[in-house]
Amino acid sequence: MSTSLTWNRKDLIGIEPLSREEIETIFTAATAFKRAMEADDKKQPYLDGRTVVNLFLEPSTRTRLAFEVAAGRLGADIITMTGNASSLTKGETLRDTAQNIAALRADMIIMRHSASGAPNYLSKVVDIPVINAGDGSHSHPTQALLDSFTLLEKFGSLDGKKITILGDILFSRVARSNIICLQKLGAEVTIAGPSTLVPKAFEAMGAKVSHNLREALQDADAVMLLRIQHERQSSTHFPSLGEYTSMFGLNKERVKWLKPDAIIMHPGPINRGVEIDSEVADSERSVILQQVTNGIVVRMAILHLCSCAYKNKPIELPA
Amino acid sequence: MPDILWITGGRVIDPANKRDAIGDVYIIDGIISNDISEDQKRFAKKIDATGLVVTPGLVDIHVHFRDPGQTHKESIRTGTEAAAAGGFTTVVCMPNTSPVCDNAGTIQRIIDKVARDAVVNVYPTGCLTLGMEGERLAPTGQLKKAGVVAMTDNGKCVQSNEIMRRAVEYAKMFDLTILDHCQDETQTEGAVMNEGEWSLRLGLRGWPKFAEDIMVARNVLLAELTGAHIHMQHVSSANSIDIIRRAKERNAPVTAEACPHHFAFTDANLHDYDTSFKVNPPLRTDADREAIIEGLKDGTLDCIASDHAPHNATEKDCEFDIAPLGIIGLETSLAASLSTLYHSGRLSLSEVIALMTHKAAAICKLDSGTLSAGATADICLFDLDEEWTVDADQFFSKSRNCPWHGQRLTGSVKATYVAGKPVFDGQSIIA
Repeated sequence: MSTSLTWNRKDLIGIEPLSREEIETIFTAATAFKRAMEADDKKQPYLDGRTVVNLFLEPSTRTRLAFEVAAGRLGADIITMTGNASSLTKGETLRDTAQNIAALRADMIIMRHSASGAPNYLSKVVDIPVINAGDGSHSHPTQALLDSFTLLEKFGSLDGKKITILGDILFSRVARSNIICLQKLGAEVTIAGPSTLVPKAFEAMGAKVSHNLREALQDADAVMLLRIQHERQSSTHFPSLGEYTSMFGLNKERVKWLKPDAIIMHPGPINRGVEIDSEVADSERSVILQQVTNGIVVRMAILHLCSCAYKNKPIELPA
Repeated sequence: MPDILWITGGRVIDPANKRDAIGDVYIIDGIISNDISEDQKRFAKKIDATGLVVTPGLVDIHVHFRDPGQTHKESIRTGTEAAAAGGFTTVVCMPNTSPVCDNAGTIQRIIDKVARDAVVNVYPTGCLTLGMEGERLAPTGQLKKAGVVAMTDNGKCVQSNEIMRRAVEYAKMFDLTILDHCQDETQTEGAVMNEGEWSLRLGLRGWPKFAEDIMVARNVLLAELTGAHIHMQHVSSANSIDIIRRAKERNAPVTAEACPHHFAFTDANLHDYDTSFKVNPPLRTDADREAIIEGLKDGTLDCIASDHAPHNATEKDCEFDIAPLGIIGLETSLAASLSTLYHSGRLSLSEVIALMTHKAAAICKLDSGTLSAGATADICLFDLDEEWTVDADQFFSKSRNCPWHGQRLTGSVKATYVAGKPVFDGQSIIA
């Protein structure tokens, strides 16, 4: 991994525009924050006196908490606004909400929104940094970055590594961001699941499409499971959760198809007994909780880098 | 003393009469005349059209003027001003106003307002079904008596094959063309763009071409079954064009139109979620765009229509998912068509003009779009080669939802005449 720092963005909207050097800069910063955290030096007050607004217009627990913890450890004041986009639009447009936040002299907006592209729009409406915490089915860049960071901790390099993403790909922003991020880091991506949720058209994004679970698992160095998103998909995409589990659920027997050192990942929240059995989720192979911990330092890195770029300040990192 | 106009020195293109040559157009009291006497020439008002193209006034059989009911978006006055500025002298209005045009009273109200406010010819259409709900037939005969020139539920598509069959059979009795917006709604729930690579990348709900194709196919079969003339609006999919081409080979009574935005843009234009490109049916792929141009060239597609669909700037200034569908086109339609079809070398000038004049008029059996002797003198004068930058803020339309905003187009309207009277002089509306 290179150690020179390449970062000149005030917004993080998606993975698409990031170069490999920029992604590696995030990881360099995250590594520094992680080292400090493990030395019990949790507070790194680079955002002291800054106000960060968490604008969560779609329900979220872990991403919101992770951003709150990350901003808090950077010393920022954090305001969290939750609601849903439809109740927001009843009285006020997203433009007006955002401009009010900016007028409060907030220094950064972290937004979760049910509409794909909402952060692209927001970044044109306000001047302050916009961090995408997930938009519709489009993008979830911080999740993909923390996933790759976790994989790099395990494997050192992703060049030539085979990663399988299994589950509801069609409606998943996590899958889209990971397909792009993993390939930028040199990995080969296979997406797997039922044909209605894993359409062939994804091959245009460079991923291999498989509907055969055994085939998708046997060569993988890591498998990322995704939750079946009841709230997003119409009921016509597959027969039932029971059918899904019987065909694509990851259980003890199917884990045997994996290579011995392959790891199991999940962005959460996990549905035990649906896409993953408890004994698999809690097994040695699982890095699900490491992902959560890494989510803090990767987000600290992103908030810090975007703030430095916005303020036009040189990037300092913990020793 | 008759009022005589003599347009001289321009390249006169009148595709209905296979005319394309430098020449003169004579107008006596608002009517085209083949010739005028030497005596009349002395009294004629002479208009020098040297360097310009002189064509029949353009005809657009698919516009939304939002009047009555949503005049913050457009009105008959501003919509017809936009038409005149775009070279159009005849437009056909869709019936999804508020209230919708499913009764003779609303048609009468529109006709009264047109008489008062319009600067070009406006013909209304009637709904196929009551409330455009696709369940019960609208009073077609009464609507015809009130003055509609075609029947359509545009904006929606009758989903029930039984209702559509009866609506078509019934409208045939009145010799009314059915204009259909082809969309199987079971395939498009929540859809905001073309289903394909770009919808996957952008994480937006896809509107598959299949949803259009299946309704185009249904309508072809219904036209063959009933003998009624069904016209497919805003065809956007290559498969639909193929279905229509084969239907025409069997002499099925079907026609079809294409919109400039569908042959100028693709779904890749949505890459940054710009809501001015959000339209129904959605912008498709490059292969579809090519198929549309091919269909216009070989006659599978009969005309160009703008589907001028105004929405307020604030309504489009939002998240992509919740922005309304629609693009305004009257003030860019000619230049966009010339730029994409003619200046690119794909179609001849005469072919493009035919698609925007008599061939469009014929679909709704309108007596417009020619410079034949005896025809009403609706005329458009334009500079074929003048380049301009589209600035939606300068439009006569009340709305600004124009995907060409900021782009360069070639071809600029210099004057528009309705029944021999100037209504647009290249700068201002003068009616």
